[in-house]
Amino acid sequence: MTSDLTRLTIASARDRLEAGRFSAVELTRAHLDAIGAARPLNAFITETADLALARAAESDARRNKGEALGPLDGIPLAIKDLFCTQGVRTTAGSHILDGFVPPYESTVTAKLRAAGAVMLGKTNLDEFAMGSSNTTSFFGPVKNPWGPKDGKDLVPGGSSGGSAAAVAARLCLGATGSDTGGSIRQPASFCGIVGIKPTYGRCSRWGIVAFASSLDQAGPMTRSVRDAAILLRCMAGHDPKDSTSAAVAVPDFEAAVARGVRGLKVGIPLEYRIDGMASEIEGLWRQGEAWLREAGAEISDVSLPHTQYALATYYIVAPAEASSNLARYDGVRFGLRVPGDTLDEMYMNTRGEGFGAEVRRRILIGTYVLSAGYYDAYYLKAQKVRALIARDFARAFEKVDVILTPTAPSDAFAIGDKADDPITMYLNDVFTVPTSLAGLPGISVPAGLSGRGLPLGLQLIGRPFDEETVLRAAAALERAANFDATPTSG
Amino acid sequence: MPLDRSAIKSIAYLARLRVEDAQCDALAGELSGILQWVEQLAEVDTNGVEPMTSVAGATLAQRIDAVTDGGDLRAALSNAPSPVDDYYAVPKVVE
Repeated sequence: MTSDLTRLTIASARDRLEAGRFSAVELTRAHLDAIGAARPLNAFITETADLALARAAESDARRNKGEALGPLDGIPLAIKDLFCTQGVRTTAGSHILDGFVPPYESTVTAKLRAAGAVMLGKTNLDEFAMGSSNTTSFFGPVKNPWGPKDGKDLVPGGSSGGSAAAVAARLCLGATGSDTGGSIRQPASFCGIVGIKPTYGRCSRWGIVAFASSLDQAGPMTRSVRDAAILLRCMAGHDPKDSTSAAVAVPDFEAAVARGVRGLKVGIPLEYRIDGMASEIEGLWRQGEAWLREAGAEISDVSLPHTQYALATYYIVAPAEASSNLARYDGVRFGLRVPGDTLDEMYMNTRGEGFGAEVRRRILIGTYVLSAGYYDAYYLKAQKVRALIARDFARAFEKVDVILTPTAPSDAFAIGDKADDPITMYLNDVFTVPTSLAGLPGISVPAGLSGRGLPLGLQLIGRPFDEETVLRAAAALERAANFDATPTSG
Repeated sequence: MPLDRSAIKSIAYLARLRVEDAQCDALAGELSGILQWVEQLAEVDTNGVEPMTSVAGATLAQRIDAVTDGGDLRAALSNAPSPVDDYYAVPKVVE
């Protein structure tokens, strides 16, 4: 019974809760048991079992009175520990937020709660969402449930690695993630699940611990495209508390999933065929192209000429914004304080001890590129190249409706690999970063297995606020790929 | 331009980040590598291109000029590391 309940999709659990086949408490308990049995994955930083059971009981009470709140009432979800949750410790994967218990709730989690969703706990992540392997967390790395492989534990990807591992290992029916340069899509690819980064402005950033404010965007991580559509509809929407939140209507994303791709124009960007691309990645990409063609889509080449400059642009813009955002961690108002004789010493001691190596590196790079004498050469230049990258996409979308690419250049690698050189690690995001810089919606769909038997995803990119077309095409890929492999630990 | 130890020290001070002397050389190497890598942007012709500060609309939304939240001293101080009475407390800054 337990394992059956954890293997449902959100859509099927919703229908069965409505039909009275089981209660929200039973569904929640099954997932809490699974979480308890999967602690070696280290997917959760904080488990909120009591809270979850209480909210599940409230959900059952509502349903029994005929007052269910909607499609998510009683659905157990995991929340990336970057979303502030009222009364529940929030860490951002960092030592510097020691003991921080937010007195407020992020807009996205408040919306999920108002829709009746049950929070199971807060998932592990790279520190301040900075990383592609979930190895920079103060709370230790997360293990990918698809591992170990060749005797080594694998990374789940990052930064939403705990959320991706939890969804893949059937510890929750869905999870929230956040994506600044690929942090939803790359772990989704590594763990064999669906993850969508919506258009910048689609989901409110209020109450999400800030990394790079012009790039950060929340999104759902699920085991089906339909589930991503259901969850996204509840997470999205205008919020006056986020000045960059878009005042656009939220469509019925789930309805888009069934629409098919006949006549849809799909672009293949020539510049993504990078030197040294693994043949299995290129093969899967061509397979995806063929699947969409067979489903009735029209395929054509497009050019995104500034693609090769996207990573360098990102690694100026994101650290610059991060160095500014992370200035707030000063040991005065919340979190860790390490004493010093003077105010400056207290700041330096607190920040020196509270931030891990990757965060320190990015703060220093960001501080440097924003400092007097270097601002124009680095930061302003990067903002101009960013404009060219966005223009490339705008021109491509004059010709096509959606763009198909691989999600990541490889399958999941071993914990500890790529750790010696920061730039090698940054290359993981080569296919996801351009979308983030342009603020466009992008989804990763599990499409096949690598030669080592590990999941690989394909990415679909759409026009601003056209998640519906992205989801339509994603559903077509999902149907054709028929990805039904499951992880060893799930 | 490669960064040296003294450059790392001054950037770290700007960022109010304690960096131990023993870490300076390694950090100088890593940061110089990253900077050298991002310098590839110099080859892109950006003449006449406006810098992109945000993908959202250039005009910020306006809202009614009214107090909508705040004023809760207990909530504001609930996470303070060492508050004194109703205040955040820091080391003495004025002699």
